[in-house]
Amino acid sequence: MSDHELRISKIRDGTVLDHLPGGSALHVLAMLGIDGSEGTGVSVAMNVPSGRLGGKDVVKIEERELSQAEVDVLSLIAPRATVNIVREYDVTEKKRVERPESVRGVLACPNSSCITNAGEPVETRFDVLDDGVRCGYCEEIIREGIADHLDVA
Amino acid sequence: MRQDHLVAAGQLSRADVEGLLDRAAEFDAALAEGGGAALPARYPETVLALCFYEPSTRTKMSFETAMKRLGGRVVDMGSVDASSVSKGESLADTVRVIEGYADGLVLRHPREGAAKMAAEFVDVPVVNAGDGAGQHPSQTLLDLYTIREAAGLDDLTIGIVGDLKYGRTVHSLATALTEFDARMHFVSPESLQLPRSVRFDLHESGAQVREHTDLDEVLPELDVLYVTRIQRERFPDEDEYQKVAGEFKIDSDTLDAARDDLTVMHPLPRVDEIAPEIDDTDHAHYFEQAHNGVPVRMALLDQLLSNHE
Ligand SMILES: [Zn+2]
Repeated sequence: MSDHELRISKIRDGTVLDHLPGGSALHVLAMLGIDGSEGTGVSVAMNVPSGRLGGKDVVKIEERELSQAEVDVLSLIAPRATVNIVREYDVTEKKRVERPESVRGVLACPNSSCITNAGEPVETRFDVLDDGVRCGYCEEIIREGIADHLDVA
Repeated sequence: MRQDHLVAAGQLSRADVEGLLDRAAEFDAALAEGGGAALPARYPETVLALCFYEPSTRTKMSFETAMKRLGGRVVDMGSVDASSVSKGESLADTVRVIEGYADGLVLRHPREGAAKMAAEFVDVPVVNAGDGAGQHPSQTLLDLYTIREAAGLDDLTIGIVGDLKYGRTVHSLATALTEFDARMHFVSPESLQLPRSVRFDLHESGAQVREHTDLDEVLPELDVLYVTRIQRERFPDEDEYQKVAGEFKIDSDTLDAARDDLTVMHPLPRVDEIAPEIDDTDHAHYFEQAHNGVPVRMALLDQLLSNHE
């Protein structure tokens, strides 16, 4: 039994996100719009020792199966994440994290004079580059600290 | 050019640019021959809306003149203070209302990406006439027209000097030049160098680009020197501004080191970046550049309106 399994018990149905970068779990939950108000169980283990990453985070979300689109958005802050869909205590599906071509409504543009920061009825759109993302409106590029720009309710 | 809108210079291929400039040359010749009288009224029923959220008399007048030379009419949103903007109406709502009045829309707005967003909300053609520190692609077309007339667009060595960070005309011009065989030298104070997004595009396109803080390093090589204004308000204190502004001021002493056939351009208005003594020399092409605004914008409107028909 591995370390993180000792810390968090198995879930019956839902999604297990493993190999998230150490310290990123709360950003991941924010990105997925999960704040605990759903009333279902959410378990978080942060900075679990991991040979591959040094320290990783693990998140278990009960009674919710993440869609492929949600999983793809994860790639912006957790490119090496593994995603397991659990049904009746068994992993029934493993989803691959792939970088999407663009993400909508997930990030806020850091450029304060971008039209998306002007109260217009428009969803943000960022094109995903090899090493960052780029605002689809003002073309600003974000390379570092993408999680700092998460714009999720 | 098959697009319905012109929001950024990156939309324009070399063929698009050449087609538009050729058409502009036809309009230019017709205007030179007999003013508007030489032109058939191509768009007698067409109304173009001018939505300028920032003042720009020249750009606005040149679009207005271009539309009228094509036989059409314009409606003008007027100054922003008097409009519903100050009552808090969104740009998205405003352009959808104006779409009901007009067949095309020219937008100048202080926020980057404004024209791109506007184009998503309306079906009539949208022309970006400047969005914050973003892009100004119709200016770029007239810049390219002027460059082509003066020096040609192939095997071109161009120096672009001044405020490269906030200068939207620079951003559009640099992007457009990646379609041509141009060696670009960017000259600016360190604090006003090109923004990351423009550098990215230049790098992606494989453009030949060098950056400098000293104009003397490159001046003797240049076919074209494109000068932009360094704005006082970009600097925290007056001393810092004076230091750099003086350094990039072009006068006859500066041009001693330049080639005789150097073309000097400026999107205007200038403050004191180019000394008046240059005006009467063969170097000065900036008034011609401004003049080219009308035929070039005629070609652009003609293209977009006919695409839309
Ligand atoms: Zn933006």
